[in-house]
Amino acid sequence: MKLPRFEYASPTTVQEAVALLAASNGTAKPLAGGQSLVPILAFRLAAPSLLVDLRRIAGLDTIAIDDAGVHLGARVRWCDIEADARLATAHPLLAAAVTHVAHYAIRKRGTVGGSLAHADPAAELPGIAIACDAELTLVGPSGRRSVPAEAFFLGPLTTALAPDELITQIRLPPWPSARRWGFQEFARRRGDFALAGVAAFYDLDSAGHAANSHIGVIGVDDRPRRLTAAEAVLNGRTVDANAITATAEMAARIVDPPDDIHGTARYRRALLATLVERALTGAPAKA
Amino acid sequence: MNVVNSYVGQPIERIEDLRLLRGRGQFVDDLHLDGMLHAAVLRSSIPHGRIIRLDTTAARVLPGVAAVITAAEIGDPVPTIPLRLVPMSDLVPYEQPVIANGKVRYVGEPIAVVVAESAAIAEDALELIAVEIETLPPCVDTRSAAANQSLLFEETGTNLALTYTTVLGDADAAFAAATTDEYYIRRERFDTQRHTATTMETRGLIGAWDSERQHLTVYGAAKVPFASRGMLAKQIGLPESAVDLIEGDVGGGFGMRGEFYPEDFLIPFAARHLDRPVKWIEDRREHLLTCNHAREFDCDLELLCRRDGTILAVRGRINGNIGAYIRSNATIAPRNIAQFFSGPYRIPNIHIESTMLVTNKTPTGTYRGPGRFEGDFFRECLFDVVADDLGIDPVAFRRRNLITRDEMPAKLATITPVRQQEELDCGDYLQTLDRCLAEFHWVDKAKLKGRLIEGRYHGVGIGCFIEGGGVGPRENARMVLESDGSIAVYVGSAIVGQGLETVCVQIAADALEVPMERIRIFHGSTTYLHAGFGSFGSRSTVMGGSAIIDAAENLKKAIRTAAALRLNCAVDDVLLEAGMAKSPDGNVVGWTDLASENLRADGTFFCDRRTYGYGAHAAHVAVDPGTGHVEVVDYVAVGDVGRIINPMALRGQIVGAIVQGLGSTFLEHLVYDEDGQLLTGSLADYLLPTAIDYPNIRVFDQEEYPSPNNPLGAKGAGEGGIIPVGGVIANAIASAIGVQPKSLPLSPSRVWELMNP
Ligand SMILES: Cc1cc2nc3c(=O)[nH]c(=O)nc-3n(C[C@H](O)[C@H](O)[C@H](O)COP(=O)(O)OP(=O)(O)OC[C@H]3O[C@@H](n4cnc5c(N)ncnc54)[C@H](O)[C@@H]3O)c2cc1C
Repeated sequence: MKLPRFEYASPTTVQEAVALLAASNGTAKPLAGGQSLVPILAFRLAAPSLLVDLRRIAGLDTIAIDDAGVHLGARVRWCDIEADARLATAHPLLAAAVTHVAHYAIRKRGTVGGSLAHADPAAELPGIAIACDAELTLVGPSGRRSVPAEAFFLGPLTTALAPDELITQIRLPPWPSARRWGFQEFARRRGDFALAGVAAFYDLDSAGHAANSHIGVIGVDDRPRRLTAAEAVLNGRTVDANAITATAEMAARIVDPPDDIHGTARYRRALLATLVERALTGAPAKA
Repeated sequence: MNVVNSYVGQPIERIEDLRLLRGRGQFVDDLHLDGMLHAAVLRSSIPHGRIIRLDTTAARVLPGVAAVITAAEIGDPVPTIPLRLVPMSDLVPYEQPVIANGKVRYVGEPIAVVVAESAAIAEDALELIAVEIETLPPCVDTRSAAANQSLLFEETGTNLALTYTTVLGDADAAFAAATTDEYYIRRERFDTQRHTATTMETRGLIGAWDSERQHLTVYGAAKVPFASRGMLAKQIGLPESAVDLIEGDVGGGFGMRGEFYPEDFLIPFAARHLDRPVKWIEDRREHLLTCNHAREFDCDLELLCRRDGTILAVRGRINGNIGAYIRSNATIAPRNIAQFFSGPYRIPNIHIESTMLVTNKTPTGTYRGPGRFEGDFFRECLFDVVADDLGIDPVAFRRRNLITRDEMPAKLATITPVRQQEELDCGDYLQTLDRCLAEFHWVDKAKLKGRLIEGRYHGVGIGCFIEGGGVGPRENARMVLESDGSIAVYVGSAIVGQGLETVCVQIAADALEVPMERIRIFHGSTTYLHAGFGSFGSRSTVMGGSAIIDAAENLKKAIRTAAALRLNCAVDDVLLEAGMAKSPDGNVVGWTDLASENLRADGTFFCDRRTYGYGAHAAHVAVDPGTGHVEVVDYVAVGDVGRIINPMALRGQIVGAIVQGLGSTFLEHLVYDEDGQLLTGSLADYLLPTAIDYPNIRVFDQEEYPSPNNPLGAKGAGEGGIIPVGGVIANAIASAIGVQPKSLPLSPSRVWELMNP
């Protein structure tokens, strides 16, 4: 469990960092909080030639809130999100989800960019990104590009990020104050990766029916995903027990969860239905 | 003024804590010796196969590498690890060689050791060793092992290493006679999952060879340093006097740490081979892969009783999946699970066969309450299934079958081939049951059985247990009066974080009638005493404490003798009080003044009769049908442990053991796939209970029945807390959901599956 040998650099600008990544021919890796990368090195599952530490790069650690939504810099940590009182109204779903991430010590170091790049299928932030139609900003040698979350996550620990690109920020679109939402997850112990998790929200149209519903799930597939068929069941209906049950049943039907040491696929499917139901049942506008 | 017995019985804060909490502990990884090298172990990634090529050339030439050790360097024959307590010639073929020799039999088996300037370089070198293994089909469960589908040891022709037979009365005759419908017979299968003790820090060793003195010192010993020294000396070809094992601080042992492992040979061997100190610190993945595993048993048992619930007989078979080799204490759990199956209950006829089957998994050993946690789960579940079917209240069923005070001492079943005969010493099992029911408010809570309240099903469970402790045959202690008037106490018991230092000080201070501050404890290392037996089987307080009392008597005699000369009176007339010796005519000499006379005394306590603590636990659970989550709403433990030396230390033992038991019941599982690969190689997958998981534990300890078998009246108390937990929780869940769990662990997925078959 000793790390393999590697070189280390701590550039001060994004450009410098990207240049270092590009020069390494894909053998370098960015280092953020190290909470996923360092264990991977210790297990010797990867042996990068160079670690490009992002800690001295200015401007990556801010949380900005404006008309375009919530902008999280790549080096924003879980504890920064928890400590930002504005998010309780600016993005209550994000704030609620982040309380489920790992444990105190890890929340002090783990970052937004690291979590998105690592792309664990059970991680909370990728789930929020998918549920909320977030947009990621990536910077590479040839400049900047925006990628919708939907196109970013490709599979377990696999993303659209090129080896010489950095994530610099993620933007979550603006959050109307009347929006109904719920976040539910279930893990074997508090702070463990979720067996399943649900981030759900919807708006109410003039008739009082659900509109624009979004149901994002984690832990039940090879990546975070939105359950559009379940959303369709909910849209246009009064959100009552029947509508919720129908939505939850659809959700359970369309996911394809894994069978693993922590639970059977059958169980995870049923668990997901429970969580969808609970997320929607407890979904008043919790401003 | 100090009076007799003023410390024993007091909730004295652990004297070791201040040092540990201030980071002043001295764990093996804190030690640095000049010129020290670091070792890493190449382990088999194949569960069963023949090594056909092992090429270490590239590793040997990596800069920083000092040596690569394989079976070839160790020479023929490669030593094996013997059974520590009761040698059995039938088991010799199954002993583990200290390094793989021709064949590998589990994933994690050592194949080579690299010694280098740093642990990182050593790990780099591991990647350069080329191993080619011709794979053989693995046996991972007891069924395939019993069918001898693939033989681990071709030379023995079987995977069945041993069968214990436990007999009391004549079970077959009882079953045969039960022909009318006045009788009831129930046959069930249960199983417990492979898991094990997880200590705060992993294992670690430093070997140091002094070529001038031809002396080997090994740091990092625990539990049984004297026994381990004997094994090592023999394997490495040195007299015992040329080998010392040194015990430092240890963050928990639980029966797992301190047994003799391959590394306990390999690291000292490397140090001698290179004539340099060599350190090896196990990493957590290695730990989960290589430390003694435990608890993987399945059973097929039949119970015969009258329709009123009076048990008449139990018979059947228990299979132990003991892993690839018979390690130093592999026989304990398979023996206990059968021998103590009856627990505190009167089962007049017993016939249980308990097998030890070798499989291509990590070898097994003892874990707190070995065989007892598992056997209690089987028994208590079986009882509830039977009681439920007969319409008998689970409490009434137990009450009817508990051994009463008047039946003491009560004989347990005899087990062969060891021919061990045990008897329950004393106690009132019904009283602890009643106290448990009262503290728990059973009558009220039992009304919750099966009720759905705010979306969760509620249920209660109860179970009774015994804990065998005070394992003999003897223990030693030595006391030395130091020049400052303090008393150095050397004990053969090992200290593994259980608070024993404090307990020994209390006992010594009371025995000598001096303030605690005057006592200093030295423990565990082979440099202090000629022999010691160590810490296992809940024996340290009972045996080590009693040896201290004997040593104190002898030291007092020595002090009186020396004082009599000075005081000019008869030895018998010298009165010892508060560190002073007085003559009848009032003359006084301080112990400090006598210290120049080199006063010392040895003490030994012999005992071949175990102590039996006992008690009852009850649990109230709430089950969420949507997630399978089980909350332990309330947990009550009542135990009688004989004389309580330190109620605070005891409470820590009981609460800690219960939490460990809840981990065993809900979380911990060393999962293998069908190809013999361990899937839970980190603490992210091998889940341990944490401080926030089980907050509602209420413990009531009592000392109504001191043991008649030792001068303290103490009984073993380190294991009782864990023994009944699995059965009690499983029965509480059954009461909540109406389905009896028959396997552990009760993960959310498994509980949900029970509710949704
Ligand atoms: C015990 C434990 C429990 C955990 N539980 C949870 C949990 O419940 N939920 C959860 O979501 N997470 C959990 N985590 C993971 C934790 O949140 C990690 O911190 C996070 O996944 C990675 O963030 P990091 O900053 O530590 O990234 P690092 O470990 O530094 O990096 C992770 C990966 O991202 C890359 N990377 C980092 N920053 C960037 C960037 N700006 N641009 C491009 N690539 C980048 C790295 O090269 C690396 O490949 C847990 C971790 C541990 C150790």
